[in-house]
Amino acid sequence: MASTALSQIAATNIAPKTPPPLSHLKLLEAESIHIFREVAAEFEKPVMLYSIGKDSSVMLRLAQKAFYPGPIPFPLLHVDTGYKFREMLEFRDAYTRELGLNLLVWRNEAALADGANPVKLGTQRCCGLLKTTALLDALRYYGFDAAFGGARRDEEKSRAKERIFSFRDHAGQWDPKAQRPELWNLYNGRTGPGESIRVFPLSNWTELDIWHYIHLESIPIVPLYFAKERRMLVRGESLIPIEQSFVEALPGDERWVRCRLRSLGCSPCTGAIRSEADTLPKIIAELVSFRSSERANRIIDHDQDGSMEIKKREGYF
Amino acid sequence: MSLFAAQLVEEAPTFSIEDFLEAERVKDLLRFTTAGSVDDGKSTLIGRLLYDSRNVYEDHVRSVTRSHGTAAAAIDFAQLTDGLRAEREQGITIDVAYRYFSTARRKFIIADTPGHEQYTRNMATGASTADLAIILIDARKGVLTQTRRHAYIASLLGIPHVIAAINKMDLVNYSEEVFFQLSRDFADLASRVSLRSFNAVPISALEGDNVVHAGHKMPWYIGPALLEYLESVPVERATIDLAFRLPVQRVVRPDQNFRGFAGQITAGTIRRGDPVVILPSGHTSRIQSIVTFDGELESAAAPLSVTVTLEDERDVSRGDLIAAKDAPPAVANHFEASIVWLSSQPLATGLRYLLKHTSQTVPARVRFIRHKINIETLDPQAADTLDLNAIGVVEVETDRPLLTDLYTQSRATGSFILIDPSSNATVGAGMIRYILTTTVANSAEGSPRIVLGKSELLVPVEQYLLDLGHAVVRTRVQNQNIWRALHHSGVIVLVETSDATLQRVGDDFTPSPLIADSTEAVIAALHLESSPPAEHL
Repeated sequence: MASTALSQIAATNIAPKTPPPLSHLKLLEAESIHIFREVAAEFEKPVMLYSIGKDSSVMLRLAQKAFYPGPIPFPLLHVDTGYKFREMLEFRDAYTRELGLNLLVWRNEAALADGANPVKLGTQRCCGLLKTTALLDALRYYGFDAAFGGARRDEEKSRAKERIFSFRDHAGQWDPKAQRPELWNLYNGRTGPGESIRVFPLSNWTELDIWHYIHLESIPIVPLYFAKERRMLVRGESLIPIEQSFVEALPGDERWVRCRLRSLGCSPCTGAIRSEADTLPKIIAELVSFRSSERANRIIDHDQDGSMEIKKREGYF
Repeated sequence: MSLFAAQLVEEAPTFSIEDFLEAERVKDLLRFTTAGSVDDGKSTLIGRLLYDSRNVYEDHVRSVTRSHGTAAAAIDFAQLTDGLRAEREQGITIDVAYRYFSTARRKFIIADTPGHEQYTRNMATGASTADLAIILIDARKGVLTQTRRHAYIASLLGIPHVIAAINKMDLVNYSEEVFFQLSRDFADLASRVSLRSFNAVPISALEGDNVVHAGHKMPWYIGPALLEYLESVPVERATIDLAFRLPVQRVVRPDQNFRGFAGQITAGTIRRGDPVVILPSGHTSRIQSIVTFDGELESAAAPLSVTVTLEDERDVSRGDLIAAKDAPPAVANHFEASIVWLSSQPLATGLRYLLKHTSQTVPARVRFIRHKINIETLDPQAADTLDLNAIGVVEVETDRPLLTDLYTQSRATGSFILIDPSSNATVGAGMIRYILTTTVANSAEGSPRIVLGKSELLVPVEQYLLDLGHAVVRTRVQNQNIWRALHHSGVIVLVETSDATLQRVGDDFTPSPLIADSTEAVIAALHLESSPPAEHL
C-alpha cells in the first residue's frame, strides 16, 4: 500500500500532468488573437480603427501577435477630428512608421472648414460631425466590411451589452434590440451589401488589464499619459488642456499644473487629472486607488443620461 | 474596474505596487452567469457584489443614489448594472450584459442574463462560456418553473458548477428551516437535470448577508459567503487533459520559407515533435515548431492561440483541424444535437442553413426533430418545428464533414451555430450529442488519396473501396484544383485518364507511377486496407 502511494507521488512529481492555470491576461490575449484571426479570415476588407490611445496600442500589439511572423493584413484608420493633441499625432506617425503599418487618416474637412468646434457647436454636434460622420464616410469611401475598435465593455453601461461582433446596418447604425446572439466563440460575421461588422477584440479587458498588459509587454504609449507640468485651463475641478485658441478664451484660470491624461480624446473635451504618476507602476497604483471611472473625465458623456448609447445607435464607436 | 486595492492603498502605508503587480499577474479568471426571474433580485445581487467588494466607482454610485424626502440616501443596487434605456424604462434586464470585477484572488467576468422564458436564448448565450452559474431563488417562492428552466439550461450548456442563491432570506426571517427545505428541493432538481456540481447559499442581496460578508443574521449557516465560493471554486481547465485539438483559422505564409497554421488550441497540450493527424485529409506529420510573437515554445496548452509548423509539407487550410494522432476527433456529416432556437423564424426541417463549427462554415440541414423539451415539465414531447426559445433534440446532416467531439467532452469542438443564409441571422445554437455517421478513415498515411488511370483500372478499385465503406468519387475532370477540393472534402478521388498504368498524386499534387499489380496492392499502397471507423457513439 505504502509503496503504491509513494510511487504515485513520485510519478506526479516527475510528470506534472496539468500546467499551472493560465493567468487572466494570457486568457484574454488568446481570446483577442482568436478574434483578430477570425476577422482576417472571414472578411474581404477589414480595417483597424486606430485612435492612438492606450487601448489602440494594446490592440496593435495583439494584432502583431495574431499574424506573426506575417505582417498585419489590414490597414489602420485614424479619424482625425482636427482637435487631437499634437503629441498624439507625433506618436501616431512615428510608431506606425516604425512598425511599417499602412495608416489611413480621414478628416471631415468640410465641417472643419466651416469652423466646427465643440465650443461653437456643443460637444454632441461637434462629435457627430467630426467623429461619427467622418467615421461613417471613411468606412463607406474605402468599402471596409469590418472595423476593429478598441472599446471595452467595462467602460460604460451601454457598452456592457455590446457583442464582440457588432452588426451595423447599411447606415452604420446599431440596434441594441436586434443584436445577434453570440455563443461560445462562434462569431457570425456574415453581412449583406453595404452592411458591416464592428469588432471589439478588447471587449473583456478592463482598464486595469490594459495598463497591466502595457506594463508587462513594454508597449509604447503616448507621453500624455504620464504626469508632467502642463499648461491647463483650471475651472473648478476640471483641468482643460490648452492647445486650441478657443479654449484660451473660455472662463477659467490658466496655470501650469502637474497632471496627466487618463484617456485620450480631443484636447478641448478631455479633462486632465492632477497626478504625480510618471511611470507605469505609479499609474497602476493611482488607478487602483481611484474613486471615479475612466470616462468621468470625458466631457462628452455628461451631456445627457445615456448619451453614449445614443451616440452608438447613430454609428459612433 | 478593480478597486479592491483601494483599501490597501489607504489602510496600509506599506502597499507595494510591485507586490500588487505580481499578485495581479498570476491571477486567474472565472466566468460566471447569473440567472433569475424579474423579481428575484438578480440585478440587486450583482450590484451588491460589486459594491461590497469595492468594485464600483463613486460617480456610478452617485448616479444611482436617490434620496427619498428626508430619509437617508439609498443606493439603488439594481441601477448599477442595468444598462440600456429600454431596460431602464421597462425596469427589466433584456439582454446579456457583461460585468467585470476582481478580488485579491481572482478576476471575474459576469454574464448577467435575463430570467424570463422569452429570453431563454440570452440565458443560453451567457451560459455558453460560463465556468459557473448562480441561479437565484426567491426564498418566499421556492423552486419554480423558471428555476427548473435555469437549472436545465445550465446542465444543457455544460456549466461545470452551479450555485443556488436562496435570496430574500430577510423576508423569511432568516429561517434555517426555509433554507434547508429549499436546498433539498434544489438538490432534487439538480439530480433530475444531471448537474455535475452544485451548492446552495442563503443570502439577502438587499441587506448584503452572505454575499460578500457573512453578516450576523444567519449564525446557523456555517458555509462560505457567495463571494468566497466564487473565489475558491476550482476553475475547470479540463480541456488541458483531453487530446490535442487545433482548428486551423489561417495559414500564415509570409514568405516561401515559412508555412504555419494559426489557431486557438481548444483542447490538450502539444509538444514539439508530437505526432499529429490533419483532418479531414487524414495525413499525418509531426509538430516541427510552435511559433509565437514572444518566441518559440517547447509546448503549448489549451486555450492558447498559437501558430504551428509541421515537419512535412502538407495541404492544410482554414477549417481543417490538427489533432493528436492517436486520438483524433470524429469526421462526421450526420449527428444528433441539442438545439436552442434563437430566432422568431421557426426551425424548418430540410431547409438549407449554414452551420459554423470551429473555423469552418458548411451548408447543413436539420433532417428530423426527435423531440422538443417541454420547458415547464422538462419532459420530451413530439414537435415538427422549434419556435423562438424552444429547446429540442434534432438530427443534422452537413454537406461537408465536421471534425467533431461530443459537446460533453469538449465545448469548443462539440458546439455549433446555425445561420439563416437569407437573413444572415444566427438562428440556432447546437450541442453535438451523438455522432450518427462518420465519413472517412482517419488513418491515411502520406500522400493525398488521388489515383489516376484508365477507367478499366479504376472501376475495380472504386468497387473495392465502396465495399470497404469509403466515400469515393470517380471523375474525368483534369483539374488539380478540383481534385484538391474533392480530396479536401474527405473523399477518395479517382481520375479517369488515358494512361495504361495507374498513377497517384503526391503531396505537391503531381502524379507519379503507382506500382501495383492487383487491386488489393493498390489499396494497400494507398493505406486503405483498414475499414473506416465504426460509428462513434
